[in-house]
Amino acid sequence: MRAQGWQLGHPGDTAMADTREGLEAFSDVLAVLAAGVFTLVGAIWFFGSSDPAMSFHGLLMMVASAIAGIYVLNVTFREKAAIAIGSYEPPEGYFDGPIKVTVVAAVIWGIAGFLVGVILALQLAYPALNFDLPWLSFGRLRPLHTSAVIFAFGGNVLIGTSFYVVQRTCHARLAGRWSPWFVVWGYQLFIAIAGTGYLLGITQAKEYAEPEWYADLFLTIIWVTYLLVFLGTIWRRKEPHIYVANWFYLAFIVTIAMLHLVNNAAIPVSFTSPASYILWSGVQDAMTQWWYGHNAVGFFLTAGFLGIMYYFIPKRVERPVYSYRLSIVHFWTLIFLYIWAGPHHLHYTALPDWAQTLGMTFSIMLWMPSWGGMINGLMTLSGAWDKLRTDAVVRLLVVSVAFYGMSTFEGPLMSIKAVNSLSHYTDWTIGHVHSGALGWVAMVSFGAIYCLVPWLWKRPGLYSMRLVEWHFWISTLGILLYITAMWVSGITQGLMWRAYDSLGFLQYSFIETVEAMHPYYVIRAIGGILFLIGGFIMAYNVWRTIRGDVPVDLAEQPRVAAAPGLRLQPAE
Amino acid sequence: MSDKREIDEVTGVETTGHTWDGIKELNKPLPKWWLMTFYASIVWAIGYMIVYPAWPTLNGYTKGIWGYSQRAVVSEELQGAKAAQATFRTALEKMPLAEVKNDPDLLRFAMVGGAASFATNCAPCHGRGAQGFAGYPNLNDDDWLWGGSLADIEKTIHYGIRSGHKESRLSDMPKYGLDGLLKPAEIDDAAEFVLSLTKRATDTAAVERGAKIFADQCISCHGAEGKGNPELGAPNLTDEIWLFGGQKAEVVQSIATGRGGSMPAWQGRLDPVTLKSLAVYVHSLGGGK
Repeated sequence: MRAQGWQLGHPGDTAMADTREGLEAFSDVLAVLAAGVFTLVGAIWFFGSSDPAMSFHGLLMMVASAIAGIYVLNVTFREKAAIAIGSYEPPEGYFDGPIKVTVVAAVIWGIAGFLVGVILALQLAYPALNFDLPWLSFGRLRPLHTSAVIFAFGGNVLIGTSFYVVQRTCHARLAGRWSPWFVVWGYQLFIAIAGTGYLLGITQAKEYAEPEWYADLFLTIIWVTYLLVFLGTIWRRKEPHIYVANWFYLAFIVTIAMLHLVNNAAIPVSFTSPASYILWSGVQDAMTQWWYGHNAVGFFLTAGFLGIMYYFIPKRVERPVYSYRLSIVHFWTLIFLYIWAGPHHLHYTALPDWAQTLGMTFSIMLWMPSWGGMINGLMTLSGAWDKLRTDAVVRLLVVSVAFYGMSTFEGPLMSIKAVNSLSHYTDWTIGHVHSGALGWVAMVSFGAIYCLVPWLWKRPGLYSMRLVEWHFWISTLGILLYITAMWVSGITQGLMWRAYDSLGFLQYSFIETVEAMHPYYVIRAIGGILFLIGGFIMAYNVWRTIRGDVPVDLAEQPRVAAAPGLRLQPAE
Repeated sequence: MSDKREIDEVTGVETTGHTWDGIKELNKPLPKWWLMTFYASIVWAIGYMIVYPAWPTLNGYTKGIWGYSQRAVVSEELQGAKAAQATFRTALEKMPLAEVKNDPDLLRFAMVGGAASFATNCAPCHGRGAQGFAGYPNLNDDDWLWGGSLADIEKTIHYGIRSGHKESRLSDMPKYGLDGLLKPAEIDDAAEFVLSLTKRATDTAAVERGAKIFADQCISCHGAEGKGNPELGAPNLTDEIWLFGGQKAEVVQSIATGRGGSMPAWQGRLDPVTLKSLAVYVHSLGGGK
């Protein structure tokens, strides 16, 4: 292992070893300093804030940073001692520890997010389930659900897979010594601060950007570090070209940084107050919000997950990517067109006509660039379609791409003003979001997680392929129930809202439209429960695989299910 | 890290020669239908931008050759809707409330419009079937706190109950318990007497004591027989219809706290024709006198 040229430094080369030791010492000092600063800031909030929730967040940050700082110091001294007695082995190979954290975190946050979603679905069908408790009220749980599934579950999958993919496709070890750890654990801390904040009533009331200024600033630091780690790894790549998955990951990281900074630009009331004032106002604020909101879909939930697709599908089915040219063309058109599409969220509002036109026309033009990704994902299976039948993980990945294709057709359709006047503010939108979120994002994530767990923990395969089958069917059924219920309820709702009688009076009162939704809300909740059960099945399978239990159906698993070193060679 | 192009055996297509972690790419051209559809969507978008408002300029925006404006469309639609109802509305506005029932077309217009307005404005408290809830009267029965004639109903809708409007319906039952006007035992006796009016009393001694309290305190509004007085908004206590519940504990609470709900004044919030329609509709619900 040590002799490989792509490892950090060349053992045996004393000059290189000295440089490396110097860099590591520098990195250790920086990490301890950073932990110290975060501990101090956390202490100021803990002792200084008159808001109990912010004070609690200060405590969280203080304790977490102090533990991190002590851990870094501990490792540093241990390594110093090892170097002194000559038993030190420098880190080499791929840097997979932080990825393992994200995989486990994704499974846990995923279940938490699905569970809160089920509770919300039940609350909509049976409002008494609010229990008249502020912490369980719909208004607080809703951002908890959306943030948990998008940022906690999806975010961990993205960070984890991007760290995995960029190392493999660049043939280089992840840049940084402590930075990847900071990205991964810092992100979990951010999730804890944001999520508990919602429950305790802290929000800046911007959809998908609810965390207040201090959580936003903390995330900014994490995100910039993430970008630097990713860029640093690409910088030291041993491959002449940058693989397409990495273009998508990079577009995702850079654009999310930009969106986050602009949409969250705010002036805090004071350093120890959780409240702040957003810089934008009126329709400009709405436009900024949906420029952010739609591109969170475009760059977080689309570009990032296309990065996953571009690595895990060809890798799993062992086939070349369908078309290199299509990947280039659809990448650049997607990136260029997506950023304009936000105004379609504000049709028929105070937003000027011209901005609505741009939002709509760019959404229509976005249709084919989105489908370029679908074509490349699906057609990569040419010559390997049989794997759809034999490998449930492939099926998860491929069905996710099919849902991606469906949602990215439905999206442009709903952006057309005439359609939007019916669909806007109805459950159709919720159904659309979930065909993308459950069908595309979650399914492709499940596929990636099932690939990664044996690969990272060096297992010969998954604990049980049969459980993956179960997971696949139960969640597919759940998604279908969910989105068909929302189509029917959304269109019914839209039609009822606009129904006039022959004398020109509204035919239905609002409450009648709510009553009409009840059966669909129950069906939706059942769909959500099935999806949640699928999550538990995955967690069990992942846990048994990590624990090292002997797979129960290894013979039924493809050779790529095994960790790279444990695979049989393909028959030539 | 091979940089050699090769022919993929399955598809017969050449690869690009790059390999990343074992992943290769085929050098396939763009699918024709994909490219054509993409071009078509661009052409369509450009056409749309030409005919509709599309691009911001330094001091305005391109208006588009069709001259479309969302505001103009909305006001046109609103005017159209108003025009379609104009005949009825003008006629209804002029017609005295009591005579609406004589004109079948106007009556129908008032009923439908009243129902639509009721569903939006009144149903949240009175229920979609006007069946009421605890504290919110049922409008389907013939028990009217403030009178059930068309004129009475119209007045209640216009000015509300304890609404703050200077013409508002106003009554104020004393808070016998909260203000210490009666002792708890006396309130209990009075409640027992009230129950006796609907033949539900169980303690005759208490009823006798309560009768005296009732005579001293209650008959000025509720009347000697407890049949109430719509002039004062005093409910009939003998009809087994209870706004705040007729169980002993609920009656005790009513006496102790005085209750007294409120209803907003709708005059000024709804136009005169809608108010008139609402009066007609509510009057028709079953109990209108």
